[in-house]
Amino acid sequence: MIENQTITINPVTRIEGHAKITIHLDAQGEVDDARFHVVEFRGFEKFCEGRYFAEMVQITPRICGICPVSHLLASAKACDAILGVTIPPAAKMLRELMHMGQTIQSHALSFFHLSAPDLLLGFDSDPATRNVMGLIAAAPDIARKGIRLRKYGQEMIKATAGRKIHAEFPVPGGVNKALTVAERDELLRGLPEAYEAARFALDLLLGYHEKHQHEVESFASFDSNYAGLVQPDGALELYDGNLRFTDPHGNIVHDQVDPSRYLDYIREAAEAWSYMKFPFIQKLGYPQGMYRVGPLARLNLCTKIATPKANAELRLWRANGHAVRTSSFFYHWARLIEILYGLERAEQLLHDPAITSTDILASGTPQNADGVGVMEAPRGTLIHHYWVDEGGRVEKVNLIVATGHNNLAMNRAVRAVAKKYVKSQRLQEGMLNRVEAAIRCYDPCLSCATHAVGKMPMVVELVDAAGAVVDAAARDAA
Amino acid sequence: MSANGKVSVATMWLSGCSGCHMSFLDLDERLLDLSKLVDIKASPIVDIKFDQMPEVDVGIVEGCVNNDEEAEHLRHLRDRCKILIALGDCAIMGNVPALRNQFRLADCLTRGYVDTESTQIGEIPSDPVLPQLLARARPLQEVVKVDVSIPGCPPDADTIWYALTELLAGRMPQWNERNLKYD
Ligand code: SF4
Repeated sequence: MIENQTITINPVTRIEGHAKITIHLDAQGEVDDARFHVVEFRGFEKFCEGRYFAEMVQITPRICGICPVSHLLASAKACDAILGVTIPPAAKMLRELMHMGQTIQSHALSFFHLSAPDLLLGFDSDPATRNVMGLIAAAPDIARKGIRLRKYGQEMIKATAGRKIHAEFPVPGGVNKALTVAERDELLRGLPEAYEAARFALDLLLGYHEKHQHEVESFASFDSNYAGLVQPDGALELYDGNLRFTDPHGNIVHDQVDPSRYLDYIREAAEAWSYMKFPFIQKLGYPQGMYRVGPLARLNLCTKIATPKANAELRLWRANGHAVRTSSFFYHWARLIEILYGLERAEQLLHDPAITSTDILASGTPQNADGVGVMEAPRGTLIHHYWVDEGGRVEKVNLIVATGHNNLAMNRAVRAVAKKYVKSQRLQEGMLNRVEAAIRCYDPCLSCATHAVGKMPMVVELVDAAGAVVDAAARDAA
Repeated sequence: MSANGKVSVATMWLSGCSGCHMSFLDLDERLLDLSKLVDIKASPIVDIKFDQMPEVDVGIVEGCVNNDEEAEHLRHLRDRCKILIALGDCAIMGNVPALRNQFRLADCLTRGYVDTESTQIGEIPSDPVLPQLLARARPLQEVVKVDVSIPGCPPDADTIWYALTELLAGRMPQWNERNLKYD
């Protein structure tokens, strides 16, 4: 007689953060529930209180070293709103260029460094070498392409902002460094190789799709709502724009919502078993109001992409009557299409003569009691909201990070994969890795998730009905 | 030493933003050279079973110590490595995560999980599956002996490269005005 059991996976590896997964089995040994636990808490929403608002652009990027640019820019936008200024056009272009650099580097990291080892070496290959170092040994040319594509994104950040990680470039009212002609030309010189690497990655992934069509299409596939920013004409937007929400079939539910009104649409729940909160669409309630954000959501909800190469890929995304793509596996594909968009948009910005203007800063003193800054971070919509007193001292902070929005969806994805791959009390290496891979599709940024919150390794524990651990397997993100 | 003559390394992420690990990845093509000299046995970027964590020559740690599991992981690594490196300001002195030390932990949790304007269903996480937060976030050296510190938030890739290559050559990295300038 088999008792109810729980499997714990701890830590989840090759993802940026710290987490555990538990899989609960029923008396028949079938999967009953699966939970994704984020295990760290840092407390940004409290300890920023009392700081001068202009310091926020320096403190909040330390939420996350993978997408610090998104936090910098969301923070700077919230501070612009507190100042009540419109930043000079060149400052906006430079911020967007910096953001394209980050989109490119973060998506390249996710694909080449973290996910390609599964795709190229196999989900069931030896865990000791199923990583970027193993990839360097097994396929050095591919590893080098990935490393150089990420490097190009990082160099774009460095050229605009002076530093690759935790730059001091966007400031309330604009930016503090102009782009020189020499820096612009250097970035333009790197574009052809970057395009080639992005194309290579797309062909590699589409080849994988062809060989594993069934698994790819059904991998943690489920219905959800979607949310993200779009341009006024509905085109894909990463830096600015307004919010759009769609239903599971891609129908628009709310459109062109001013992001500063996010509280009218999004609420959060907290659960005893995770340090990451669970945002939901308020009107639909909890947990029915589950929605997804990030690359897959953005491609599902945008009307088009305003650059030609990426838009051609979007047409393939929508081919054969696919209004939306629901498989979590397609996050990888969406990410690569967005790398193309990032390169094309960067090219447009670099060819605009205004990009080297030195009119980059509007000054002012705090005019408004609060300010909201919203961005599309690589992993999805990022919201910073600050309240200040008359002197500009921060009174309260509210943050909803990209990975947080996907929390309900990630739990759903883990449950779907566990149901398919966990069949008995025995834990097998390939199964564990697939459960992790479901999480990895979302490329969760646990540094972000744990702002209030922490980070993410992985243990799988199989727990019986009486609560005893009957089998366990652990991987430490160490 | 690994059987293949390479220096074995484990990297660990405690309470930090992962920016120090990202800066390590900013070694870019130098990663290809490094892979000829060192074996990364455990890291957030690889898969490894915790109960199989091997003895290593060098342990590299990002972030400070924020909860009981992190303290345990850190001690575990300390017991199994010859040289322990504190990578970045969080590991060395607490840095941003230690800003919470000026507030009561309960107030930080209440703000995060109950009081924020978007929270509709509030509850402070308390399930035993979660690690216990320490009353204060602590730098590594308050918990274990640290052999080498690489300062910066984050130290840039050149600084990390300098420290690693010096150690591989059997020398202690020496910090001066030139190699501690990051901008
Ligand atoms: S030292 Fe800086 S870059 Fe490194 S983990 Fe801490 S906040 Fe992040």
